Amino acid sequence: MTKAFDNEMKIEFLSKSNNEAFARIAVAAFIAQLDPTIEEIADIKTAVSEAVTNSIIHGYEGKVGLVKLVCKIVKNEVFIEISDTGKGIENVEIAKQPLFTTKSNLERSGMGFTIMESFMDNVEVESVLGIGTKIMMSKKIKINSSQEKGLENFGDEECINDLKNSDVRGEETCMKMI
Amino acid sequence: MQTTYYKKDKHLVFEIEEEIDECSVQNLKRMMDNEIQRYMPKEVIFDFSNVSFMDSAGIGLIIGRYKLIDMIGGELRVANVNLQIQKIFEMSGLLRLIPVECKKKEVQYD
Repeated sequence: MTKAFDNEMKIEFLSKSNNEAFARIAVAAFIAQLDPTIEEIADIKTAVSEAVTNSIIHGYEGKVGLVKLVCKIVKNEVFIEISDTGKGIENVEIAKQPLFTTKSNLERSGMGFTIMESFMDNVEVESVLGIGTKIMMSKKIKINSSQEKGLENFGDEECINDLKNSDVRGEETCMKMI
Repeated sequence: MQTTYYKKDKHLVFEIEEEIDECSVQNLKRMMDNEIQRYMPKEVIFDFSNVSFMDSAGIGLIIGRYKLIDMIGGELRVANVNLQIQKIFEMSGLLRLIPVECKKKEVQYD
């Protein structure tokens, strides 16, 4: 069996858009201990990027403030909290709708929450006008068969089948696109 | 890493060499709009071979350029997109407007 980690980290950074890359890379590095797939890492990075962008662009609207990022690992589940003390969201349900944006003149797509919700297992938003916004999201990282059985079994049939299947899935998606 | 572009016949190809997020789109927009308006190309191709990451800011970038290119009577195509970025394209509904090709095909001209 894999050792279940329980771990936590916190970072605070200024609301500058070049910190988006820092935030998502920091989370990716932190969750590496769960041995996630490349796809799982990419999903989480994208969701973090969306949440941090929301805080910087919408929460602080170009003003300087602090964005707080907390990342916890409980067993094989990642919990991420991103909060700001910016202007808050008036109506969270409306903000979550695909294509909704308050800044359409600036070529925003309004896809932020939609992307977070589809890439993470669970997304919750708490927001109070004038106080700030907190986004809490979580995702379970699949324990892959090589981890579960220990490294000595790595390369056994099931493992290889898993790999093959994941390849096939990728190709199918590719074919659909073409 | 820097995004470069080249022009061939009436095609304008942008080889994007950075992660596309809120931070990087500002420069990309400016550069692309300048070049598109200067060359008035028949077709614009965004080559995503070296784009490892894109979030929703990239969708805004593409929709904005699509509108501009459409206005001057050109077409936009996105090439060599990785699986993760394809998922975002699928979600956004952009595929109905813009042809997006999966990695790893050579960028070809009509």
